[in-house]
Amino acid sequence: MRHVLPTGHHTSEAATLLEVRGLHVEFLTPEGVVHAVNGVDFDVASGESLAIVGESGSGKTVAAMALVGLVPAPPARVRAQRAVLNGLDLLALDGAELSEVRGARIGFVFQDPLSALNPVLTIGRQIGEVIERHLEFSGGEAKRRAVDWLVRVGIADAQDVANSFPHQLSGGMRQRAMIAMALAGEPELLIADEPTTALDVTVQAQIVDLMLQLRDDLGMALIWISHDLGVVAGLADRVAVMYAGRIVESASVGDLYGQPAHPYTRGLISSVPDLRTERLSRLTTIPGGAPDPIALPPGCAYFPRCGLSELECQARLPMMESISSNHWIACAPAAKEIAATGDRES
Amino acid sequence: MNERAAPLLEVSDLKVHFSSRGSSVWSSNNGAIRAVDGVSLTLRRGETLGLVGESGCGKSTLGRAVLGLVDATAGTVRFDGHEITAMTRREVQRLRPRIQLVFQDAGAALNPRWRARDLVAEPFEIHSHLEGGELHQRVDAMFETVGLDPALGGRLPRELSGGQKQRVGIARALALEPDLLVCDEPTSALDLSIQAQIINLLQDLQEQLGLSYLFIAHDLGVVRQISDRVAVMYLGKIVEVASRDRLFEQGRHPYTQALLSAVPLADPEHANIHGSKGAGGEVPSPSSPPLGCNFCTRCESKREVAHRLNIDCDVTEPELVTVGHSHEVSCHLFQPVG
Repeated sequence: MRHVLPTGHHTSEAATLLEVRGLHVEFLTPEGVVHAVNGVDFDVASGESLAIVGESGSGKTVAAMALVGLVPAPPARVRAQRAVLNGLDLLALDGAELSEVRGARIGFVFQDPLSALNPVLTIGRQIGEVIERHLEFSGGEAKRRAVDWLVRVGIADAQDVANSFPHQLSGGMRQRAMIAMALAGEPELLIADEPTTALDVTVQAQIVDLMLQLRDDLGMALIWISHDLGVVAGLADRVAVMYAGRIVESASVGDLYGQPAHPYTRGLISSVPDLRTERLSRLTTIPGGAPDPIALPPGCAYFPRCGLSELECQARLPMMESISSNHWIACAPAAKEIAATGDRES
Repeated sequence: MNERAAPLLEVSDLKVHFSSRGSSVWSSNNGAIRAVDGVSLTLRRGETLGLVGESGCGKSTLGRAVLGLVDATAGTVRFDGHEITAMTRREVQRLRPRIQLVFQDAGAALNPRWRARDLVAEPFEIHSHLEGGELHQRVDAMFETVGLDPALGGRLPRELSGGQKQRVGIARALALEPDLLVCDEPTSALDLSIQAQIINLLQDLQEQLGLSYLFIAHDLGVVRQISDRVAVMYLGKIVEVASRDRLFEQGRHPYTQALLSAVPLADPEHANIHGSKGAGGEVPSPSSPPLGCNFCTRCESKREVAHRLNIDCDVTEPELVTVGHSHEVSCHLFQPVG
């Protein structure tokens, strides 16, 4: 087990690699302003794996991508109080400088490698370019290092793959190549956005194993964006659950699955069909659907679907409160209930 | 359930091959893609047969062949005494009210310019020639059956959520009181919290209406939740079929085991149910499947088979054999019982 790392709601003593406060992202559309991310705070410590979990439209991808200029503005409007990567103020950077940060200091792995890889360049050339650009190795040395990276991501015939074009590779191989490319600039932080969602389950298991091994070998920090509670359980140190553009719960992976506290997290975890339950019963559901991001309610966005709600939840936006060490939720009734029963260490 | 009654659906040695274009230049083989390559299965009335497998294994093509939407290369599909594979398109059309399809992408299957009410009314108008007050009543009743608020009737598909669109899709499929629903990944495009709603709805409808489901999915948790029996497909063939509990507890085919082991559990204490690894490598192309067992390129038991049984999995194809009550496996490791 890895050591317990601090939650994202106060600056920690441990080396904080990325610190984000008050992140908002809006999109201006003909139908109105889409409130995609509505005040998100989080930290990632060096070497830590943070999973950002949520359903479609929860803002999990937009939150991560907006930090490094990967959300086109306009139509997006991005603002934050603070976004600092290891002393570097991301908010102060222009487009060219952000583009330098991407690749050199933050690597990306996307869900669909085919749309992220250049179809007319060989894999080796694309990885080589990253190395030439960010590490100032040239020509032959860059090429040799590109092949080395392909070996490190578990590609047996690395030389052949380096000479292949993306369409010539299988889905799993393409994702491995994409990971090699993301790592080739030797970033401090890797952001992986649903990197296994398009893959078959047996190949997904291979990629998850690879990521775990690389993380341990390279000591890099990881932000893993996913809707899959199964994948996240095996991979994260800490989990932030997003709903309607806000983080509603943040905890160590053990606490989040063992003692989920926010009604949404509880509902989500119990809607997973579990392969181990001995007697199959009816699945637990969360009634209704996600709110319209153009017309978010003034209070708690989960209010209409919540079984725990009180009248004031409808009017007042819940603040993040600590319910035990390193465990935070944005739900006043649940926090009150937990404080009253006192069944958690403080 | 009466096991001796004639099955509602009977698929025998079905093959669906597609010829691939330009194969003479770009590939060394003669190019047929063997999407379904000798599949036999049965489905009883009121039963749910889960069909699992990874992308490209042929499960959706099998579903389309059952619906008469693709032509069989060989073999038969019989539905309640009718041989679908011998029918003309027109004859298949006449049988259509009894076999319906629920799609993965409900949104893409709905006419974007039609309102929800009209989408649900369409099958009544076409097949039952209903109109006026009677049509209105039936549509209202159908909204209620699938748990849709009739107030949503005026909305266009793009104004509905994913779960609501899937409910409209299910309402359209149920309108003509079918016997069999082929559900092709009906929940895989939906969020987790909505997926659970749709699975519960399908189970309730089955109980109320006595429906049979051929439930095609890659998500083993979902399949376990809804199925009575489960068939595992790999590269165009069924490699194992058993009752739900038997398959999940005693699945024997090396591929079934790899598949079960690869499913990550939502539990940080336990990575997966077997505590073992899934399969290495990836699925070979269905245009050039291995000569022997389809799974031989990824199988960890191959050496054991060669050593212990002196069979070369690379060249000798295993047969689907019965290894227990209603439990069939296609692997040289297992010999027929009884």
